[in-house]
Amino acid sequence: MAVFVYAENINGVYKKAAFEAVSYAKAVADQTGDTVTAISVNPTDSSDLLYKYGASKVINIKDEGLKNFSAKAYAQAVSEVADGNIIVFPHTTDASSVAPMLAVMKNYSLITNVLEAPESQSPLQVKRKAFSGKGFMHAKADGTGVILTVSQNAFGVKENAVSGSEEVKNLSVSNEDTKVISHEQSSGKLDLKEAEIVVSAGRGLKGPENWGMVEDLANVLGAATACSKPVSDIGWRPHTEHVGQTGKAIAPNLYIAIGISGAIQHLAGVNSSKTIVVINSDPEAPFFKSADYGVVGDAFQIVPALTEKIKALKG
Amino acid sequence: MKILVCISSVPDTTSKINFTADKSAFDKNGIQWVINPLDEFALTKAVKLQESQGATVTVINVGDATTEPVIRKALAIGANDAVRVNLDPKDSFSTAKEIASVAQNGGYDLILCGKESIDYNGGSVPGMVAQLLNQPFVNASVGLEVNGAEATAVREIEGGKETISVKLPAVFAGQKGLVDEKDLIIPNMRGIMSARTKPLQVVEPVSAEVKVQGVSYDSVPPRAAVKMVSPDNLDELVRLLHEEAKVI
Repeated sequence: MAVFVYAENINGVYKKAAFEAVSYAKAVADQTGDTVTAISVNPTDSSDLLYKYGASKVINIKDEGLKNFSAKAYAQAVSEVADGNIIVFPHTTDASSVAPMLAVMKNYSLITNVLEAPESQSPLQVKRKAFSGKGFMHAKADGTGVILTVSQNAFGVKENAVSGSEEVKNLSVSNEDTKVISHEQSSGKLDLKEAEIVVSAGRGLKGPENWGMVEDLANVLGAATACSKPVSDIGWRPHTEHVGQTGKAIAPNLYIAIGISGAIQHLAGVNSSKTIVVINSDPEAPFFKSADYGVVGDAFQIVPALTEKIKALKG
Repeated sequence: MKILVCISSVPDTTSKINFTADKSAFDKNGIQWVINPLDEFALTKAVKLQESQGATVTVINVGDATTEPVIRKALAIGANDAVRVNLDPKDSFSTAKEIASVAQNGGYDLILCGKESIDYNGGSVPGMVAQLLNQPFVNASVGLEVNGAEATAVREIEGGKETISVKLPAVFAGQKGLVDEKDLIIPNMRGIMSARTKPLQVVEPVSAEVKVQGVSYDSVPPRAAVKMVSPDNLDELVRLLHEEAKVI
């Protein structure tokens, strides 16, 4: 029986989270001796992209009614094609909206925010993130049908090319309860939760007018920008950039925190980062205790200088 | 208009998270309990709709008697009444089933929840409630207006936002932005006094079907000691990030 995976696309284009979910599904399938079948809704990207990460079959759902996202309609569509005992989703906003509805439809167990391949099968047990990153839970599914959502940037994208085939499935799911009025997507901006590097700043920057140097550093690194809670509360930065316990939880390879003291709530959202650099003028800032590298000093001198040095490195 | 707001009682955001010696459960010793901060955005939005549109706001919590102070706080913030389902919840599904059961006959136009709880982070209850009730579901809501039998919601999407119209009744999961942080209601003395006499109904659970069990828990391992770099030697920082951490 195949392991199914929901390969999310945005406007037809696969997200990194989709490749990560397929990579994860391949690891699960290798445990159970199965193959991976990916499901996508109205993709324009080639299925070759999914074969590369281990999907040997791709089911492309074609449905004009699903042109706009609706959690309920998407769950209905996925339930019509996914007939395996394990269904993997990325833990993105949309996918993690579909997964709980699908779990109820199919009467499956749902384990969200999983970090690693399952520790055991039948019953399926897996490590997941809990307490906003302050702890981990080993969760066991009761019953045989299980839906898993994979925490972004936790398992990683792993190439594992197989030969694959594509099937087009024409559906017409009813999608009358919700209607999209407008859709704004800021182009060219890196998705914070998918970013490999995140440059973040706090109240130590003294005002929104000083964010230019944060963006300069982020640009040189190909990073997304983020901020601490007080900064988004005051309105210096949009709340979509707030990382922490009540904002976004992120897990980039590199997190650079500038002028952030490191309150426990902030750490909760960022301590899954693989490497943490803290730049702060206060040598007593608690964040240094949770950092890999620290620099005590004036951010207004350090950040531009660091930007220049990284620029030089990248040549 | 009738609104049901689902609230969860969670450890205060400043809590250090510890587990029992055998790692089988969260250690509740010395923990202060608060309304889940994401649920508080939903509750405040409901109270604003109560003020502007004359809605009635019922809060629901699935929990044992120890959660009542948190329910009273929700009443002090402005909810009209409350329901507590007398069950120490074991997973998202059992919680959602109890909420849906209460909501089933309540005739609620809107069900508002936080998009996840800050303790177990399932993020699953709102969507499960919606499906159990066969209602539309909007996750990550950062805006909500109600106009008769329809609502206009703004939801966060990766790298942007989307405005949608939704037929009511429906379930909305909110987050910061649904109301601003500065608009969160801090209960005043009058609210606290009146909360004492507002109705808090306790109902017994209808089902205890659990689909996921927390088998054991681990703390986050500490990081190795921080390496401090002089601000005058940023070349060294760049070298460490490039050669040692291999992240740039």
